[in-house]
Amino acid sequence: MSRLSAQGLRVRLGARQVLQGLDAAFEAGQVTAILGPNGAGKSTLLACLAGLRRPDAGAVRLDDQDILALAPRARARRVGFLPQTPEIAWAVEARILVGLGRTPFIGARGLSQEDAQAIERAMASANVTALADRDVTTLSGGERARVLIARALAGDPAWLLADEPLTGLDPGHQLDAADLFRRLAHEEGRGVIVTLHDLSLAARLADRILLMVDGEVLANGPPAEALTPAVLASAYGVDARVEPGRDGLLIDILGRAR
Amino acid sequence: MTRPPRALVLGGLLVLVLALAVLSLQAGRVWVPFAAWTDQADPRWSIIFDLRLPRTLLAVLVGAALGMSGAAMQGYTRNPLADPGALGVSAMAAFGAVLTLYFGAGAQQPWVIATAAMAGAFIAVLLLLALSGASSSIVTFVLAGVILQTLAGAGVALALSLAPNPWAVSEIVNWLMGSLADRSAPEVQLAAPFILAGCGLLLLTGRGLDALMIGETGARSLGVNLAAVRWLMAVGVALATGASVAVTGVVGFVGLIVPHLLRPLVGARPGALLIPSAAGGAVLVLAADIAVRLTPSAAEVKLGVAMAALGGPFFFALLLSMRRRIA
Repeated sequence: MSRLSAQGLRVRLGARQVLQGLDAAFEAGQVTAILGPNGAGKSTLLACLAGLRRPDAGAVRLDDQDILALAPRARARRVGFLPQTPEIAWAVEARILVGLGRTPFIGARGLSQEDAQAIERAMASANVTALADRDVTTLSGGERARVLIARALAGDPAWLLADEPLTGLDPGHQLDAADLFRRLAHEEGRGVIVTLHDLSLAARLADRILLMVDGEVLANGPPAEALTPAVLASAYGVDARVEPGRDGLLIDILGRAR
Repeated sequence: MTRPPRALVLGGLLVLVLALAVLSLQAGRVWVPFAAWTDQADPRWSIIFDLRLPRTLLAVLVGAALGMSGAAMQGYTRNPLADPGALGVSAMAAFGAVLTLYFGAGAQQPWVIATAAMAGAFIAVLLLLALSGASSSIVTFVLAGVILQTLAGAGVALALSLAPNPWAVSEIVNWLMGSLADRSAPEVQLAAPFILAGCGLLLLTGRGLDALMIGETGARSLGVNLAAVRWLMAVGVALATGASVAVTGVVGFVGLIVPHLLRPLVGARPGALLIPSAAGGAVLVLAADIAVRLTPSAAEVKLGVAMAALGGPFFFALLLSMRRRIA
């Protein structure tokens, strides 16, 4: 089983200490949701875990190897990353966008047969095969999100890290995307780490919750253990009611904590 | 999206380049029939091979350089308005060249002009990247281009106003307007290696430019070395555009128009646009140069002026169609 871990991560952005010696470990085959108030350092942590940001101190280890010691292409083959606010600059077909996921594999000869098969597999996995020839700039938000996930899957990475992948989707498409992430972890054995804002969605999607406040881990565990009213009051300053729901927890924010 | 096969488009462009090159050898004040091509005793043989061949070759080289530079800059900046002419790269190259003309060094040594032009273009690309910062916002890029354009224009105007004699002024002004007239073999030999090297470097950016369509973070997550792409693009554009400006002066809009026209035919993937844009640039400059030669006017219309007359309205139309995206 692949393993991704952070030890003593410290990151300073300007005058602000964004991560203050953060430790965390992630297992493949699970979905982990990173939660926390705005400015808690979720995106910074995710970028460090993906090997895209060098922490001021501490290290991220991928299977006991420093992730920054890997060559960029080698790292890219193992860790797929979906940036926040995805940008798609040109009106290309979905298949071409998905094909970008093969970038770390492409040699001087261009796309091989194997690359083409991986692209088709990724599109099937993300359920976007029917969109293959569509112009990505004309897709709906839900369709575009799935195409971008397929892009990250085309490299067949052991790890998929996504920064707020469900933001901007309607509830139906949020559930579809959440189901896709769960399938990628549970059926395909990938490690999936997503940052989220929606607590109920996180509880339904994730096997584990990592709740961050001010660059430190406040709670880390299965949703039922990590998302308690006491934790939510301390993290977000809100009173919340947590009840078992149909698929996971129902988290009702009652109001600002008094 | 249906479009013709890539091989057909590339083949078609190549046939157009060859056909226009042949026409470019034939056309002009003296129309030279094919019969004169093989007869070295015919006085028109010399017209073709000594006078027109260098001009034709330069049209192909300069067109390819500007077309590919435009496609690479658009790909890197993710901005369909990027172009060496529109963003001041050509103007800075011209400023570099004008400095050498002004100090008199350029008149004796053509390679001095070329080096200064390429240095000017390189500085321009670096300033563009620095001024626009990490953002790929169209507004900052175009504003950075306006600043460069203004700086280069002011520099050239200063050189003109301080010029030691009227002869130097007319030399500078004539050269600034961009033309392929009266170019000879040494100019081809001077520009060709730099243009080919520049285009070679730009071709290496293809995969990186493709990956950049999902943003810089996305590209880095795919293992792309962004610093390498940036330097290849900057040096490639500087060599290709700088060498072009050194031998022809400023010919604008080629790099703006060509990728835009080719996108519906070959798709918008930036890496796939590089080679077709080089071929398309050659077609456009060959055609424009034939047109200015055949225009019945007392003095030949300058190529740079003709391209500006064509490119200005095109730029305007492009801006109108993009207005919603910019706002």
